[in-house]
Formats: sequence, structure tokens, C-alpha cells
Amino acid sequence: MDLNLLWYLVPSVIMFCCGVYGFVTRKNMIAILVSLELILNSADLNFAIFNRFLFPGSMEGMVFTLFAIAIAAAETAVAIAIIINIYRAIGSTEVNETNSMKH
Amino acid sequence: MGITLPILILALPLFMFLLLGIGGVKMSRKVAGVLGILGMGTTMTLAYIVAFTYFFSGDAAFIVDGVRQQFQVFDVTWLAFTEKLVVNIGFLLDPISAMMLVVITTISFMVHLYSWGYMEHEGGFQRYYAFLSLFSFSMLGLVVATNIFQMYIFWELVGVSSFLLIGFFYRLPSAVAASKKAFIVTRFADLGFLLGILTLSYFTDTFNFVDMTSNPMQVLTQTGGATFLGASVLTWAMVLIFTGGMGKSAMLPLHIWLPDAMEGPTPVSALIHAATMVVAGVYLVARMFPVYCVVEASMTFITVVGAITAFYAAVVACTQVDIKRVLAFSTISQIAFMMVSLGVARDHMAGVHYSGLGYMAGMFHLFTHAMFKALLFLGAGALIHAVHSNDYTKMGGLRKYMPITHWTFLIGCLAIAGIPPFSGFFSKDEMLAAMFGNSWLWGAWMTMVAGLTAFYMFRLYYLIFWWEENPEYKHHRPHDAPWQMSLPLLILAAVSVVAGFIPFGTLVTWDGAPYHIHLETPVAVTSIIVAVAAIALATVMYRKKNPLPTKFKNAMPGLWQAAHRRFYWDEIYLFITRKIIFGIICTAIAWFDRHVIDATMDAFAKVTQKVSYSIRGLQSGNVQAYVLWYFFGAVALAAITWICLL
Repeated sequence: MDLNLLWYLVPSVIMFCCGVYGFVTRKNMIAILVSLELILNSADLNFAIFNRFLFPGSMEGMVFTLFAIAIAAAETAVAIAIIINIYRAIGSTEVNETNSMKH
Repeated sequence: MGITLPILILALPLFMFLLLGIGGVKMSRKVAGVLGILGMGTTMTLAYIVAFTYFFSGDAAFIVDGVRQQFQVFDVTWLAFTEKLVVNIGFLLDPISAMMLVVITTISFMVHLYSWGYMEHEGGFQRYYAFLSLFSFSMLGLVVATNIFQMYIFWELVGVSSFLLIGFFYRLPSAVAASKKAFIVTRFADLGFLLGILTLSYFTDTFNFVDMTSNPMQVLTQTGGATFLGASVLTWAMVLIFTGGMGKSAMLPLHIWLPDAMEGPTPVSALIHAATMVVAGVYLVARMFPVYCVVEASMTFITVVGAITAFYAAVVACTQVDIKRVLAFSTISQIAFMMVSLGVARDHMAGVHYSGLGYMAGMFHLFTHAMFKALLFLGAGALIHAVHSNDYTKMGGLRKYMPITHWTFLIGCLAIAGIPPFSGFFSKDEMLAAMFGNSWLWGAWMTMVAGLTAFYMFRLYYLIFWWEENPEYKHHRPHDAPWQMSLPLLILAAVSVVAGFIPFGTLVTWDGAPYHIHLETPVAVTSIIVAVAAIALATVMYRKKNPLPTKFKNAMPGLWQAAHRRFYWDEIYLFITRKIIFGIICTAIAWFDRHVIDATMDAFAKVTQKVSYSIRGLQSGNVQAYVLWYFFGAVALAAITWICLL
């Protein structure tokens, strides 16, 4: 069986859709963060796939992926910090309860 | 003549206004008063020097072969809008402006001095002196204007100072209403003035007085045969310019503001509403006299307006109760006298010995009237100061209590009534001679007005100083005013006695050539007989308390009531403004505004609001919802792109 571009892209799309689904439906911030990571990772995967299949001679996509992973890690750390603080403040991590600053 | 003195004459009052206006709150009353009086005294001295230099130095710039010249001390470009539309600021010395410098500064100085006593116990003393300085500055700027636009600027400035001073007691609703009335009525007239200026200068390409008046026939040719609504453009321009003068000088039908302006402090009435500002209209006509002469129709208009106003105001003055109102109507009547006098003068007239007599006489009367009317007003101020009322029914028998005021007031009354040798006799005689020279109709009409003048002034005099003593004097004994107030009365009374002997004809004539005044015996005798008869009648009616006045009043109640209510002019104005303008025209406009213009705008607002409400659910602040919408959008775009690519 020949592994062409499509075989790689389909799992990436599935992962992206799962991420979006989780992001939209989950109420727990940690779950939303996890979904967000899924979306990011599907995008990273795309970078790597396209680099591998369309421009086999270059490394830009791979490098970019590494950068994105690093930044995603940092971003996650910030997000977790915020979530912990919210939890300390209101005793919950449910998104529909963090609306006290909306009004 | 150097330009230092003329500039100082204008700059000093302006500086005093700024100093007292800005620094006044930090000063004590005494300092502010002394500063104001000293400032005005210096200005008066400088103005005297300039005027005397002009009249008596014999310098070639001022007088050539006995003919007085117009001399522009300076005339600099101030605003250059376009090549043609250039507004200059300058200082014009000619017989009338030099004469006015003397009149304004003298009266202003007297009023400054008098106010020190009169306003002693009033609040805002420093502000009062600041406004007086502002007025003096504006009025001086008005009379020395080299061009009609400069005159217009200062014209508005005197209007605003008048507004400020009428409304000086701003806690009194009547004073506020009067100040607004004065400002609005004169502004309304000034609209005509501005239109006239623009019309005239559009054709002549100049605002400059000397250019226009030195060659009036050129003005006529420049306007050419252009006509508008059946009258030539020049006639329109001159009549419109005169409209401004009608407003300031309170000619019928724009006179309604002047009686109400008496709400201001009495010295202000003496300065602004008797001696100086209200004669600005006369001054304007005198300034443009050669051009007016070219347009016969405008001269007739001036004469007719003046004659009607003089008679109307004299009749109304006979029935007023408030002494300041009597003096106000008397002022209107006397100014109208000057207007008629100017209206009957011509640059040349067939079969008349000296056609410019009316001009000289009008200016002469302006001078003498300023002195004796200021005297009368200041006297009235002293009476009000003593009795605390403007109403003659609260006075009576005051001659024993206030001898100085009594004698000076009597001199003022004799002067205005035209009894020799007081100053009013000479100027009035010249005016009447000029009117008889034009037409017996004007002469006879104005002689009758002169008789009325003598009657109502002596009615006032007797009711204040004779008639019957007010029993309240026992509790509150009236007395003469302090020296600051009595001194100006004495000085002005002295001037009113001797001013008639000034050889005015050699100083002020329309073309600068001297004219030697000689009494026209028939005219003089007639006017003396009329005046004496009128005074005798007033003596019989008002010297002692008697039922005669009431009998007269009851004999013609309709006429008396109409005159007392000033022939319902205020009611007519109120009817026109309230009922017609506000009631009918404005109601329709307001309906249109509310239901068409406002409604359109409201519709815009409502539609926007509805749309916003319907879509505001999208802006929930819920990031997950945003993401979902974004996702669907992206999918939809992708689908569209895909379909398009297929």
C-alpha cells in the first residue's frame, strides 16, 4: 500500500475536527485547553506533512513545527497559570461561571 | 500732527478697560474709581489738545484758505480679504470728529466723576468703571473712523457696551430684559446698516469716507443706473445705512429700546442714552452727508422719519410718570430734531442763502444737547439718589431741599426749551431757520414740537420741584448729592449757559468753509413766543397742586391713555413677535422641524437600534461560540472556493 499525502492529511483533519468539537462543547477550561492543543498539533502535523511531500529538499516546515511546539508549551504554561488563579478566585474552572467581569 | 496723541486717545480707555476689567477684583473701590477718573481725565485732556490743535492751530494740514480740511492722521490696512475688500483702521480728523472728541470725553469724564458718588453703594463698582472705559473707547473709535467698516465695528462695540451697562444690575429681571431688548433691536437695525455698507462699497470699491464724500457725484456714476424694486441702488444703500442710524438713534419705529434702556444706572443713561451713543445715527448721516445730498429721496426719508419721531416722542413725553422715561422720550425727540435738521440741509439749493445751514445747526444742537441732556440726566440721578424712586409722584416740592440740583435742573430745562441766552436756544433757532429755509411745513411742524418740548420739560420740572411736597420727606429728608455728583452738575450747567455763544458756524460746517451765525429774527421771535407760552401753560397747570391736569386727562382719556402707553408700540411689537412670528410662522416651522427633519433622524436611529438589537446576541463574550461561528464560516468559505474551482 502506497502512503501518499492523503493518508497523512486525513488523521490531521480528524484530529483538528476533534479539537474544534472539544473546544466548542467542553465547559471545563482544562478540557478546552486540551482541545486547543489538539488543534495546534493537527496544524503542526500539516506543516511536517507538506514539508515532507511537497518540498522534500528543505527543512523549513520541520523547523517551524518545532518552534510551534515550543511556543505551544509556553502558552499552555501561561494558560494553566491563569486557570489555577481563576480556580483560586472562584473555586471553579467552568467557563460559564467565569463571567463576573463581563458586565 | 504726530500719531502719538491720537493713538493714546484710543489706547488709554482700552487700557483702562483691560486694567479695571482684569485687575478690578484685586482693587479696592477707591483705587478703581480714582484710576477710572484719572484715565478718563487724561483722555479728555489729550482729546482737547487734539481738537484745539485741529481747530485753532491754523496748520496747513487742517485749514487751507479758511476752509477746514479732512485730515487722516493715520490709516493703515488692518484686514485685507481680497484685493478690493480691504478694511483699514485709522484716525480721521475733521470738524465733526474733533467736535465729537470734545463732547464724548467731556461727558464721559463728568459721568466718571459723578458715578463715584452715585454708584458708591452698588456692587460691581470696578466692573462698572471697566465698562464705562470700554464704552468711551468704542465711541471714540466710532467718531474717528476713517472708513465706514471701521465705523461699523465700533458701532457694534458701543452696542455691546450699551448692552453691558443697561444690564448692569443683572439681578433685576427688568434690567436684563431691557438690555436684551436694546441689543436685539439695534442689532436688527445694524443688519440694514451692514447691507447698506456692502451695497455701497460693492459699487464704489472703497469704504473710505474721504474718498466717498469728496466726490459724491462719482459715487452716483459708479452705481450707474442699477435699480432694485423701483429705486436706484444708491438710494437703497443710503436708506439701508440710515436704518442702522435709526436703530442707534431710536427713530420710529425702532425707538422701543431707548425708554427701556433707562433700567441701567442713571449716569450711564446720561452718557450713552442721552449724549453720545444715541447721536451716533445723526453722526453717521453727517459723516455721509455729501453722498446723502446726491440722493434726494433718502434726504426726504430722513426728514419725514425725523419729523414724525420728534412729534411722537414729544407727545409721549407729556404723559410719562417715570422721570427718566420723560427724559428718554425727550432725547428721542431732540435727536429726531437733529435728523430733520440734517434732512433739510443740502449741498446747494436754489434760492437759499446758505443751504448747508441745517447741517451746521444739527451738529450745533448735537453739541448743546449733549451738554444739557447729560445735565438733566445727572440731575435726575441726583433726585433718584435722594428720593430712591424714579417716579415724580414720589417727588414734588424738592426745590427747598436740593437747591443745587434745582438750579442746575432749571438751567437744563431752560436750555432744552430754547429760552435765550441758554445754549439750546441758539442751536434750536438755527435748526428752525434751516427748516423754514427748506419748507414752511417742516418749520411750522418742528416749531410745534419745540413748544411741546418746552411744555413737557417744565411739566417735569414743576412736578419734581414744586407741586406738592411729599409727606414722606418728614421721615427721610432729601438733600443735595455729595460733591462728586454736584460738581459735574455745576460744570455742565455752566457749559449749558455759555455754549450758545460759541461761534459754531466757523468751526463746523459741512464743507469746512466758515459760516457766520446770525439770528433769524422772525424765527427766533416765533420760537421764543411758542416756548414761553408752553412754559406759561405748564406753570398754570403744574406749579401748585390743582385739579387742572386731571381735568385735561379726563377730557380726552383715550388720547392720554394711548400716549401714556406710548401709542402701543411695544404692544404692536409683542403682537408681531409673539402672535404672528412665534404663534403662526414659528408653529408651522416647528411642526416641520419636529415631524419631518427630526422624524427622519429618529427613523435612522430607530432602524439602527433595531438592527443592533437583533444581532447583539452574537456578541456574547463566549469564546466558544465565536470559535463555532468562525469554524462554520471557514467551512462555508472553503466550500464556496471549492465550488468555484470546480
